Amino acid sequence: MTISAANFSKLWQYLPMLGQGLLVTVLLAALTVACGFVLALGLALMLLSDVRPLRRYERIKTDDIKKKKHYDRIARFNPVKLLASIYVAFVRCTPSLVQIFLIYYVVFGFISLPKFTFFGFIQFERFVPAAVALALNSGGYMSDVIRGGIEGVDKGQTEAARSLGMSKSETMKEIIFPQAIKNVLPAFANEFVTIIKESSVCYTIGVQDIMFNVKSIQSATFIIAEPLLMATFLYFCLCYPTSKAISIVERRMRQSDQR
Amino acid sequence: MTSDNMKNDTANAYIGEKTGLETMNATSGKVMIKVQGLKKYYKYGVVKALDGIDIEINKGDCMVVIGPSGSGKSTFLRSLNLLEEPTDGSIIFDGTDITDEKIDVDKFRQRMGMVFQHFNLFPHKTILENLTLAPMIVKHKTKEEAEAQAHEMLKRVGLDDRADAYPVQLSGGQKQRVAIVRALCMEPEVMLFDEPTSALDPEMVGEVLDVMRELAQQGMTMVCVTHEMGFAREVGNRVVFMADGKLVEQGTPQEIFGAPKSERLRDFLSKVL
Repeated sequence: MTISAANFSKLWQYLPMLGQGLLVTVLLAALTVACGFVLALGLALMLLSDVRPLRRYERIKTDDIKKKKHYDRIARFNPVKLLASIYVAFVRCTPSLVQIFLIYYVVFGFISLPKFTFFGFIQFERFVPAAVALALNSGGYMSDVIRGGIEGVDKGQTEAARSLGMSKSETMKEIIFPQAIKNVLPAFANEFVTIIKESSVCYTIGVQDIMFNVKSIQSATFIIAEPLLMATFLYFCLCYPTSKAISIVERRMRQSDQR
Repeated sequence: MTSDNMKNDTANAYIGEKTGLETMNATSGKVMIKVQGLKKYYKYGVVKALDGIDIEINKGDCMVVIGPSGSGKSTFLRSLNLLEEPTDGSIIFDGTDITDEKIDVDKFRQRMGMVFQHFNLFPHKTILENLTLAPMIVKHKTKEEAEAQAHEMLKRVGLDDRADAYPVQLSGGQKQRVAIVRALCMEPEVMLFDEPTSALDPEMVGEVLDVMRELAQQGMTMVCVTHEMGFAREVGNRVVFMADGKLVEQGTPQEIFGAPKSERLRDFLSKVL
């Protein structure tokens, strides 16, 4: 195994391929984070929901504490929350590679997508399943972060709003969300960095991101190490400035708190 | 001072003739909130925060609730607008039982203002926005109406020049005055105060109590949980002493502070006065 300048110079002509890969990676990450956020928001609301169809059991009056506890457990049953919890547990406890294969081969095995390319080189029928799989994965992880952000807002805020006669949804929209977003935004931006890195597994279903192009260059030139080093450099250059920018914004936001 | 005494005298006249819990149709007007057998249990009755409270709050009352910490005063106050859901009992507000599950609680909360120990102003909104938010979205007032009202109310507490500031820029006393005004902007029929001066620096307590005193003099129905015995004595027309989730003793400030009947109250007063 050698790493030589000669090899690097041979790779010069393949640089546009890596450039295309870079574009795919960034596009994929941006789309994933945007869709994942919407999904996460929905899931977070489901996790925090108070849909209890059997609530009336709570009101059954009985002096038997054991019976009362039993009734309360029934009353606590929340199908919406249960559904969201199961989904989040599934996303967290299965490998993302398996999830991508499941989406690409199984789910999109039933749904056939039109085959065409956009931007000249991005294959729609591969890009979409990859984005969907990553978004479903990221949404699961982010939902817990958003739930934490919402729960992190002081309880007194809800009490104050409700005591003024505002409804639950008005309170959520006017008081809780604007404050929760501030808690969540840094984690949300970090997720963008995570997804850039995570998206590298998508080469396995043929999405032409950075890693896919590395593989192609390797097989075209039989040069193994140098394309990988270039990819490493690209990923690093993408993630490091992003995470730096996030921490600067985060610091600014904390300062504005102490206005 | 003289007007205070006069107010207390008229109030005393009606409290003087009542026995136990039967109060009706005296000088101060009708029953506004009637609390019956209010209970709040935690851990299936292991902790009894409220253990059967019966009381009537009349229109124009300034009722002060005192008692040692953990006696259930705050829980009682928070139950009145259902921030705490009672385990049992009923709260009849202006003829309607608000503990009934079919009742739209929001409609009744609009009519009850609440002031919290920790102010709970909305930090992401300016003072003016804090005051206009609820009137605009709950009462559907126009922005102009709500702002005009807010400015007028702020003038009354001497804070109109801070209308565009954010809550973090205000002192504790100013925040609490804004919080009182925020509740008043909804034009409530009752004001509930949950230890409004407990989180304040000592030199700021006075300015908040002044606002509350003025409010009481204007005839607002008020329920105050407080540790300010001076305020209870001077402004309150009824004082209620709670301990261990029970209502131990109630009467005029003179009766409670001058001639306490129960051992529990005497013990409490010897510690705080």
